[in-house]
Amino acid sequence: MIAAIILRDLGRAFRSGGAWLPLAFLLLIAALFPFAVGPNATLLSRTGGGLLWIAALLASLLPIDRLIEPDRESGVIDQLALRGVGEGTILLAKSIAHWLSFGPPLLIATIPAAALLKLEPEAMRLVLAGLALGTPGLAALAILVAALTAGLRGSGSLTGLLVLPLAVPILIFGAGALQFGGASALKLVAACSLLLCVAAPVAGGAALRAGRD
Amino acid sequence: MSGAALAIEALACLRGGRLLFAGVDLALGPGGSAQVVGPNGVGKSSLLRIVAGLLRPYAGAVRCEGAVALTDELDALDREKTVRAALAFWARIDEAPAERIEAALTDLAIAHLADIPVRMLSTGQRKRAALARTLVTGAPIWLLDEPANGLDTASAAVLGALVDRHRASGGIVLAASHLPLAWAQDVTIDLHAPQVADA
Repeated sequence: MIAAIILRDLGRAFRSGGAWLPLAFLLLIAALFPFAVGPNATLLSRTGGGLLWIAALLASLLPIDRLIEPDRESGVIDQLALRGVGEGTILLAKSIAHWLSFGPPLLIATIPAAALLKLEPEAMRLVLAGLALGTPGLAALAILVAALTAGLRGSGSLTGLLVLPLAVPILIFGAGALQFGGASALKLVAACSLLLCVAAPVAGGAALRAGRD
Repeated sequence: MSGAALAIEALACLRGGRLLFAGVDLALGPGGSAQVVGPNGVGKSSLLRIVAGLLRPYAGAVRCEGAVALTDELDALDREKTVRAALAFWARIDEAPAERIEAALTDLAIAHLADIPVRMLSTGQRKRAALARTLVTGAPIWLLDEPANGLDTASAAVLGALVDRHRASGGIVLAASHLPLAWAQDVTIDLHAPQVADA
């Protein structure tokens, strides 16, 4: 049942731009950044890793208005709940589908983007490892915020405010791994990511249930 | 499908701090049907959503023996998919055999629309596709919210025949509509009546 929901959501994501969108987004930012700050290699390689993290965070939010609201509006979530699929399970499936639609493309795009930003091979490895650990958490966070704001008018401005504080820990440890090197920061990224992956379906499910009344 | 049963005991619904209805009782066995009537906003849809388990009752209890299928104004079909593919998703969730999709499309006379995207359908066609989704579930208890909305006379008669067939095979139908429906009702629940009596 979870597999059926994941496949359906993935199909929808890919039809509406899907994998190309985060890929193009990340490359676009990496290509524009040197124009904005100048082609100084030292500067680029010092700031590039952090920039990739911010781009990844924003890429996870690109489809946020298409994650939950259309399914709530068309009754899909009601119909699933009616069949005994818990809201938490629905959101877990949606988190997995959302991650599959932007996580792997983002990781692939990171490699050419790292070249554009003149990152050292070691720094690129740290960004890749951090993103691989952190993007599941960002996907879960996007789903949580989408569930919290589903049904609200003009929720676009609210999503940014809600995501920002919750995404900050992943961002700090992810970008921190580049500065202070290493394993301990990546472990903290993984911990934050895990926490979001577990908490988001539960909290988002409660929000969806409360939204029915 | 035998052994399906639906029992509602002293059900009350509170929404937005307002008591919509209270003291609603109903007991339906295999083949039973009931219609909820009452003016707009009296809580017909809320009653159906409580029975479906989507809303919590303020008081009272609902017991359903057998799976429940709800058809309301939301069709829950993916706009960009074809009718057949959209129904196939629900068939997969319900673990229903694929033949049931074709049977449901034929039953509701929308077999010719099977390969058309859902977003191209008219209101009545979309309603029939939503009813096909209910047919595909194979659930013995049907909850129909304003099932005649958007249907032309011929489609309403088709729905009536399907409901009769469903009841003949032991199914239960609980419909909410302010209009008379095309099938005979065992029970009519008038949601307005108890509140007037209380007042």
